[in-house]
Amino acid sequence: MFPAAFDYSAPTTLAEALSILKQRGDDAKVMAGGQSLIPLLKLRFAQPALVLDIGRLPGLAEIKREDGHVRIGALARHVDIERSKELAKLVPLMVEAVHWIADPLVRNRGTLVGSVCHADPSGDWGSIMLALNAELVAQSASGERVIPVDGFFQGPFTTTLRPDEIATAIRVPLPSGSAGGSYHKLERKVGDFATVAVSVQVELDGRKVKQAGIGLTSVGATNLKAKKAEQALVGHELTDEAIAQAAKLAAEAAEPKDDIRGTAAYKKDVVRVFVQRGLKAALARAQEGKS
Amino acid sequence: MKVTMTVNGTQRSGDVEPRVLLVDFLRTNLALTGTHVGCDTTSCGACTVLLDGEPVKSCTVLAVQVDGRAIKTVEGLAQGGALAPIQVGFHEEHGLQCGFCTPGMMLVTSALLERNPNPTDDDIRWAISGNICRCTGYMNIVKAVKHAAQMQSEAAKAPQGAAVAGGGE
Repeated sequence: MFPAAFDYSAPTTLAEALSILKQRGDDAKVMAGGQSLIPLLKLRFAQPALVLDIGRLPGLAEIKREDGHVRIGALARHVDIERSKELAKLVPLMVEAVHWIADPLVRNRGTLVGSVCHADPSGDWGSIMLALNAELVAQSASGERVIPVDGFFQGPFTTTLRPDEIATAIRVPLPSGSAGGSYHKLERKVGDFATVAVSVQVELDGRKVKQAGIGLTSVGATNLKAKKAEQALVGHELTDEAIAQAAKLAAEAAEPKDDIRGTAAYKKDVVRVFVQRGLKAALARAQEGKS
Repeated sequence: MKVTMTVNGTQRSGDVEPRVLLVDFLRTNLALTGTHVGCDTTSCGACTVLLDGEPVKSCTVLAVQVDGRAIKTVEGLAQGGALAPIQVGFHEEHGLQCGFCTPGMMLVTSALLERNPNPTDDDIRWAISGNICRCTGYMNIVKAVKHAAQMQSEAAKAPQGAAVAGGGE
């Protein structure tokens, strides 16, 4: 298999890349590691006139702590996250979750930002970013804007990123108190898309929940943020009852479909079980004092 | 577009359309057919090559993306007719039956041994988790990698000039 013909451009400055997108954004696809885009091109699900390869832009591979958040550049690959000592300390949920993404070879090429912009409802990073309340930084010839990941996904493979914009980084806010997270994924084999996966992050104030994040994978038209379940936890202790209630609300928020990986009813129940397990694991980690 | 890359230590160039995949460039333009096309959908790892020392699926990389970079294929493992330790390991431990997945398996595991010279069974299983063996010879593949690791560590300990066949590169 090979893609339909396209023009290819690999600029070496961001200004040049943005100027190309300003002219040709409507017909272009931005490519970082290409691990989602190239399969789409080969299957001819996507036939852009131009592939804009941002792989040669300088300074975008950084993972860096900044004021109140950690910034992950658009060229930071999954494997860079896997090996990041900074992230292991600051946002251990990400380092735990990355092992569930694709396989080691794909992780050597694919990027976090690219994966989020690809907006596959079965993608793992989307729900992890939703649980962590992350924000995308998008740049265009007319400037920079910050887009919360909550609201970014419009539908399968569709986002609010404009055709003239490049997502240059993701910012993950750093918790202020004791926090913990977890990612549970059910997959048939390594590298497969999730049957269901659930991302959970909680931040505690004493014994009570200050902030809760719950992201759902593969159970809707986009990655979903289980907001009712999150809200039900805030201000409460993570008792078995509170956890069971949040799990029930998250399962109600899921909108799965029957497919070869399982029935909708089964997937909803997996959401419920994973939210329970996830919250218990997150609580234990938060109490250990790990952030 | 003109692309130039170092393949197994030699600089190679070609004129390709941007849509040409790295695996097709290697097999068709450079006649290096040791890199196999298996699933062609980023699932099986038969097309694995090392890009600047890291294993990647060459069916999911454009040739133009690796302009200026270094590629190693299975043809680059043996040095001067002597098999690399990883190849000796696969030979000695029967790490292959049909051999289709073998180039990818050997490249993935040679990269593993670079980073981690003494991998556990678990480390090896994680490393090969993106590569599929249809003959299901996984047990022997794990043994083959351990054999290679042992050969390499013995070669490292041995005095200069007493290297095991093809020890190191």
